[in-house]
Amino acid sequence: MGRIALAWQILTNGKFAAKVTGLLETPPPAIVMAAPPKTLAQTKTLAQTKTISQTKPLRSDAISLLAALQREGRLIDFLKEPIDGYTDAQIGAAVRDIHRDCGQVLERQFGIRPVLEQPEGSSVELGSKSIAGKIKLSGKAGEAAATSGKLVHHGWQSTKCELPVWTGDAESAGVIAPAEVEVR
Amino acid sequence: MSAQFVIGIDLGTTNSVLSYAALSDEKPHVQVLPIPQLVAANTMESRPILPSFLYLATADEVTSRAFSLPWNEQSAFATGYAARSLSAEFPDRTVGAAKSWLCHSKVDRHQAILPWQAPASVPKLSPVTTSQRYLEHLVAAWHNAFPQAAISEQHVVLTVPASFDASARELTREAAIAAGLPQGFVSLEEPQAATYAWLDAVGDRWRKLLSVGDRLLVCDIGGGTTDLSLVEVAEENGELTLQRAAVGNHLLVGGDNMDLALAHYVAQLFEEKGLTLDPWQSVSLWHSCRNAKEALLSGTGPEAHTISVPGRSSRLIGGLVSVSVDRAAATDLLLGGFFPESQLADRPAKSRAGFREIGLPYEADTGITRHLAAFLQQSLAGSRLTHVLFNGGVFKATALRSCLLQQLQNWFPDSPPRPVEGPEDLDYSVSRGACFYGWSKLRGGVRIRGGTARSYYVGIETAGLAIPGAGRPLKALCVVPTGMEEGTEVDVPSDSIGLIVGEAARFRFFSSSTRKADQPGDQIARWTPEELFETDSLETTLSAAANSDDDYVPVRFHSRITELGILELWCVHESEDKRWKLEFSVRDDADA
Repeated sequence: MGRIALAWQILTNGKFAAKVTGLLETPPPAIVMAAPPKTLAQTKTLAQTKTISQTKPLRSDAISLLAALQREGRLIDFLKEPIDGYTDAQIGAAVRDIHRDCGQVLERQFGIRPVLEQPEGSSVELGSKSIAGKIKLSGKAGEAAATSGKLVHHGWQSTKCELPVWTGDAESAGVIAPAEVEVR
Repeated sequence: MSAQFVIGIDLGTTNSVLSYAALSDEKPHVQVLPIPQLVAANTMESRPILPSFLYLATADEVTSRAFSLPWNEQSAFATGYAARSLSAEFPDRTVGAAKSWLCHSKVDRHQAILPWQAPASVPKLSPVTTSQRYLEHLVAAWHNAFPQAAISEQHVVLTVPASFDASARELTREAAIAAGLPQGFVSLEEPQAATYAWLDAVGDRWRKLLSVGDRLLVCDIGGGTTDLSLVEVAEENGELTLQRAAVGNHLLVGGDNMDLALAHYVAQLFEEKGLTLDPWQSVSLWHSCRNAKEALLSGTGPEAHTISVPGRSSRLIGGLVSVSVDRAAATDLLLGGFFPESQLADRPAKSRAGFREIGLPYEADTGITRHLAAFLQQSLAGSRLTHVLFNGGVFKATALRSCLLQQLQNWFPDSPPRPVEGPEDLDYSVSRGACFYGWSKLRGGVRIRGGTARSYYVGIETAGLAIPGAGRPLKALCVVPTGMEEGTEVDVPSDSIGLIVGEAARFRFFSSSTRKADQPGDQIARWTPEELFETDSLETTLSAAANSDDDYVPVRFHSRITELGILELWCVHESEDKRWKLEFSVRDDADA
């Protein structure tokens, strides 16, 4: 019960997920409205899950992400395969589907968008707002208080972080893709 | 407790969606609920669509809790994305298109018959129970998000295909109540829901976009079905009104058929190269073709598209096989097969096979344009078509949309129909529109008037000399006219009908989408199979009347459409104050 209850909390309660995973998550609107007041029962669940997560760690979210990229886009197969013997055309044929399917996973789970919306190559005003971490200055950055510059790379940021929740056992926590055996 | 939300549910043949709007808001602010579900064993994600598939777990999967959900930890089945991806690989353990089985009157829809033709070792479900499972998942997702707003207390609108007959609607209702929906939930036809979504999107501007006498075709092509409706714009007291004038027949052809047709063609290309795909690769090919269809038919796509199918082993590139698919060939295949150029006078071809198995009655003619021509010929009766509203994921392939539009414009060259203006939302509009309709019903707003889409008939055996070996001639007595509105009832004029006391009385029951002029009491002696369609029979059992020695009681029919749009038929005693309700008998027709 506890493991699944915890998984459930992470899946449906944004604040709780952020606490557990240490990631800043923007929960979908339905779930913001959904956040129920903390009843006694819930506090209890939180307390329970804490002890469980100490004894039986959940699978790392990083592995859940790898599993999704492999399941939907076969990314691990692709990266683990030696490619020296293949022609560019062979590799290209494989990449088209991987590109599409992994791209869909990233879009769904992270909603990746440019940091700056302006087209690359255009001039951007830097303004007075804090830009630390969002904009990296280059060129004559150190000489005077910079007010504008040319956008070289628009940057990327995730607008959400909705990772799948895994409910399996500790023994299989490291499995990215299970081995497949065809029964005859 | 009073309702806090309006909820719109699209229980689709291949995808289900739930939308909601808070009643405390000034204006309807419709949102789609993210639905927590399994996307693979032991892996949960919240996604806006719940694919309407159900996978029956093996004993091992049940004990290892591979498909456990917070509300069902020992779950013996999975619904949603996990079930959909398993469906291709384990067709014998997966139920799909349960909704199409609901309106298939040749089988008993209460009997555990799905997965259809699965081996005896697989536990089976009835079409009604399968639909109930999907709704239960949606209800659980709702309660998870809004634990303090029990769904039984909310205003719920559930959509059904316009082409569903009265008994399929009743079965849907049964599944919905069993899943925990409130007794007073309202049904709405899907093409109407799509129209409401459009009305919500354009707001009051619709009165400028449409004018009196306009006719709007709603063309909803889903994964497995095509649903057609015609909406007329009229005027009443100086105000524009909308009226649903006609609905099409239930057509079992949709986007999945197109993906499969393309996959079949591509598999042949592989064979020409000497490559035979194993079943697992065929599944992968189907997936690739779904994506390729949109790329090939996007209008601006490349002249050739490479379709690659990976091998099953971890050697991805090494196991990869590819063919190049010519855009022109794919376009010919899909447009020619599903949207062939046709004349307004064309009719769909009928199956020529003398015998067919009892499985789902897939359309013998996949030419959607020919079905459309038949529908328009019949429902327009010479008047002009002015607008079209496309709905369903198929239309993401823009070439299909322009092809269909071109066809409509060829049929009506004098005043070419055009698509309605406004934003499009092909995947969610039915559920969102249902929610908006629920809101308008409660808080006031534009309504589409419809009434019953069909007329209904009870079969009466005529008196006459019995001829050995031949049944008595049958007459069809009209009991419900086309367009009978919600909240109305009517006494059906007829000769008195004798019902035997203490025995089940059964009546054959028919519907028609073409005989619009028939009034209650009208009797038809002869009809073609296209005119009257026989559905589930009706039955009732009369308890012996205490103060009567008669073996039979004389009755007449009384029909009623409830406020919720449910058809009720009653047998009313001619002289005493007694009445008996007729129920659909879906069970005994199975062997028909």
